[in-house]
Amino acid sequence: MPVNAYPGATDLLRFLPETLLILAGTLIMVLDPLVKRRSSPLFGHLTLLTLIAGIAVAIAGASNPGPAFGGMLMVDGFATFFRVLVMGVGILIVLPSYPFLARQDGETGAFHALLLFSISGQCLMASASDLIIIFIGLEISSISSYVLAGFFRDDKRSNEAALKYFLLGSFATAFFLYGVALIYGATGTINLDAVRRSIGPLRADPPVMIVAAAALMFVGLGFKVSASPFQMWAPDVYQGAPTPVSAFLSAGPKAAGFAIFLRIFLTAFGPIGAHWEPLVWGASLLSMTVGNFAALTQTNFKRMLAYSSIAHAGYVLVALAARSQVGAAAAMFYLVAYACMNIGAFAVVSHLSGRGEKYTDIEDFKGLAQKQPLTAAMLTIFLLSLIGVPLTGGFFGKFYIFRAALESHLVWLTVLGLLNSAVAAYYYLRILVMMYMHEPGPAAEAVEPLSPAMGAALILPALGTLVLGIFPGWVLDFAGKSSELMR
Amino acid sequence: MNLMTLVLFLPLAGFLAALFVPRSSPAGSRAWALILSLATFVCSLALIGYFDRGLGGEQFAVDTTWIRSPEIHFFVSLNGVSLWLVLLTTFLTPICVLISWRNIQNRVKEFYAFLLLLEFSLIGVFLAQDLFLFFVFWEVSLVPMYFLIGIWGHERRIYAAVKFFLYTMAGSALMLVAIIYLYLKAGTFSYPKILDLLASGQLGFRPEEQMLLFLAFFVAFAIKVPLFPLHTWLPDAHVEAPTAGSVMLASVMLKMGTYGILHFCLPLFPAAARACSGWIAVLAIIGIIYGALVAMVQPNMKKLVAYSSVSHLGFVVLGIFSFTQQGLDGAAYQMLSHGISTGALFALVGLLYERRHSLEIADYGGVATAAPWLSTAFLFATLASIGLPMLNNFVGEYLVLQGTALANFTWTAWAAIGVILSACYMLWMYQRVFYGEAGHEVRAHIRDMNLREWAAVVPLAVMMVWMGVYSQSFLPPIGKTTAAVLSQTQINVPFRVELHRPVEVSRAR
Repeated sequence: MPVNAYPGATDLLRFLPETLLILAGTLIMVLDPLVKRRSSPLFGHLTLLTLIAGIAVAIAGASNPGPAFGGMLMVDGFATFFRVLVMGVGILIVLPSYPFLARQDGETGAFHALLLFSISGQCLMASASDLIIIFIGLEISSISSYVLAGFFRDDKRSNEAALKYFLLGSFATAFFLYGVALIYGATGTINLDAVRRSIGPLRADPPVMIVAAAALMFVGLGFKVSASPFQMWAPDVYQGAPTPVSAFLSAGPKAAGFAIFLRIFLTAFGPIGAHWEPLVWGASLLSMTVGNFAALTQTNFKRMLAYSSIAHAGYVLVALAARSQVGAAAAMFYLVAYACMNIGAFAVVSHLSGRGEKYTDIEDFKGLAQKQPLTAAMLTIFLLSLIGVPLTGGFFGKFYIFRAALESHLVWLTVLGLLNSAVAAYYYLRILVMMYMHEPGPAAEAVEPLSPAMGAALILPALGTLVLGIFPGWVLDFAGKSSELMR
Repeated sequence: MNLMTLVLFLPLAGFLAALFVPRSSPAGSRAWALILSLATFVCSLALIGYFDRGLGGEQFAVDTTWIRSPEIHFFVSLNGVSLWLVLLTTFLTPICVLISWRNIQNRVKEFYAFLLLLEFSLIGVFLAQDLFLFFVFWEVSLVPMYFLIGIWGHERRIYAAVKFFLYTMAGSALMLVAIIYLYLKAGTFSYPKILDLLASGQLGFRPEEQMLLFLAFFVAFAIKVPLFPLHTWLPDAHVEAPTAGSVMLASVMLKMGTYGILHFCLPLFPAAARACSGWIAVLAIIGIIYGALVAMVQPNMKKLVAYSSVSHLGFVVLGIFSFTQQGLDGAAYQMLSHGISTGALFALVGLLYERRHSLEIADYGGVATAAPWLSTAFLFATLASIGLPMLNNFVGEYLVLQGTALANFTWTAWAAIGVILSACYMLWMYQRVFYGEAGHEVRAHIRDMNLREWAAVVPLAVMMVWMGVYSQSFLPPIGKTTAAVLSQTQINVPFRVELHRPVEVSRAR
């Protein structure tokens, strides 16, 4: 496809959200040496403003959907949905990181610049419709996240997290790239739509190379979304990384990973769906089971949330296995709900953890309800949503996913998935038990009062969780329309 | 918005408002909960007046769209059985507030907030006519009860609360699958619409499909009832729960299960229900006898009453699966009677515990001399629970046994053993606790009832007599509803078999 050497105004306009984020990130890096205080809130404000502007631009751009840069980007409803989601995740991460960075005496400049770069990569992933652009987006997002995971240079666990994340992540990216190479070899194109068209006639008996490419990409993306059996890195990374970063990793890169997962497998590999469905089926069941059963015995809250995030990746894979538009919409809805409840839960950990992240064990939540009823109530909402109790976003997310699965006749996956969620209830309940049914421990005694930023960081996702649970139609309609446009 | 939705939403409004009562004023929380629950009760009394007894069927229906895609409605209405179950809930909530007045000294605000939230979700379960909405209320009701047991319970409260939550959660996971499956087949969550589709033959299930769906619903309900052998969460939950928690759990929450079976399982899957009636009846009878035998050897009063619940609820299930008019009437009546008499027993055991701080029967003896009025009230509840004629349980048990006799006389014979055993364990407990020499501890600590406690207990006693003497006040609306359920199960059985064979053949082709 011939590409105009000079991009037109429309191209630039459709690329504006990413441009904004990258410019702001660069600006922060330039300003960083000029600001005296190590943990100045200035950069946080700047990041917040950029993200809000980015969301506004992305929503405004949705009124004029279409390709950009000769078909390398596709700014459709799907892209807009995920762009808004990952930037929204960014906002929810910046809020708790104000008090967190101040307490840990972290360098705000580097933190926020990296965050913005990572989000720009995720936006790029959401809007890419070309395998190479997807790869570039994946790399931008991942490399910034590796650094973020090791943000505390003096902390052994943080270092371990970064190294592990980096090594396994690079492996995964290599797998993905290998798949891209095979696709190019088999079809002569890297544009998703063109790939779909050339695979289409072969749907009955696709060549080995294409099936192998799908499998390799599945491995690569499976790593990125921490689906089993590629989940090994998640617990150590989530536990070792600074808490707001763990929250970010569990929501942002995961959502973007699922965005390309859905886009690649439902568009490019859509015609050979019958071949990859068993793979997704198995991975989703394995993820749910491994995640939930491993989480049962954890003693560290962050590690438990890591296993729970593996299980939740399994739920989203159920929606992918349904191979339908309803499934895609359900996955999108779920990712929004998951972002709210999970970031919220991590924000509470970040609030409680104290200097040097001393208090992140489940035991440390003892008696929190008596010392800070509001914080405990918010965490209760997040946990009930993670369990999947009605009137929370998590319940509707699960409901939509399993409805899509039943519609596609995945009866056993549905039954096993829902039984799995009953198992999961046990480990989330343990936290409620600690908070409400025990006397306050040292962590709850030492907890600092809620700052305005922290309050917002808890109340916003809690409101989101409840709104998604009581009026799910608003987001679901948007997701449904967006998944229709994805072709 | 009508009177019925007002009754539903008043407790929710009360819950939200209770969150804003200052923590420093426990008296304010108590007073607010009492005022609000009494107001709800008064409103629900008006429901009886407006309920058209001649009409039968579902009344006061409110149907508005809640979520557009998939179409989920806020669809609630009231029938002859749910009318009384709602009243039972609104009647017991103020009583629970009263008996917790002294009992709960710690985190008072949250306690009453959760109690009101519980009332809201329980009323919702009985009113919901949209399967999805029903599931929402069903699950939401777990949360306040979980906290009531877990925060204000006794020593092993955490174990009991978690066990309670997980048992119900596991059962309802399967029910959710079945609800979604039904939705995908019928294209609607609306329960009356699904019944219409079934009756008109536009919707039908293959026999094995119907059986699996029936079991998915039934297991969820059977856990809640609880039917032997799924009952093991119940003694733990009851023993550990605070008094108000035990009362609400035994009197109302268990009825969610039996009401679910009556209202959903039978009309939706009549053929499967009839096919399973044999072994379900056997399980119910095992529950009746086993519950009674285990109750007999309990050293702990609350555990004894809890196992007696297993026994009494066995009668309800047996009555439902006799598929006779008397059996269903008796089952519905027994739900209400058990609510009143077991609620009273738990409340009175709670009063004893408040005084002596022990639930062990061995720690008592001679209470009758120390607190004669309390003993009289307890005797009243005991006799009601045994099923003495002129008191409430007699009516339900008698109707169940009569209905069962029409279906299968052997069942009646076995179930009747439970009636005899109930007299043994209840009277034996009464004898050990209230008669004999009053020990030092008993004389020192046990006072008679005060005015507040009288206010809580007298309404229960009045209801026991009323329901025992003049069941005609309650039975006609119940009869209309159960007759409708019964006709739904009868019409559909032969009809279904005839219709579906040819359809299957044409599909196979």
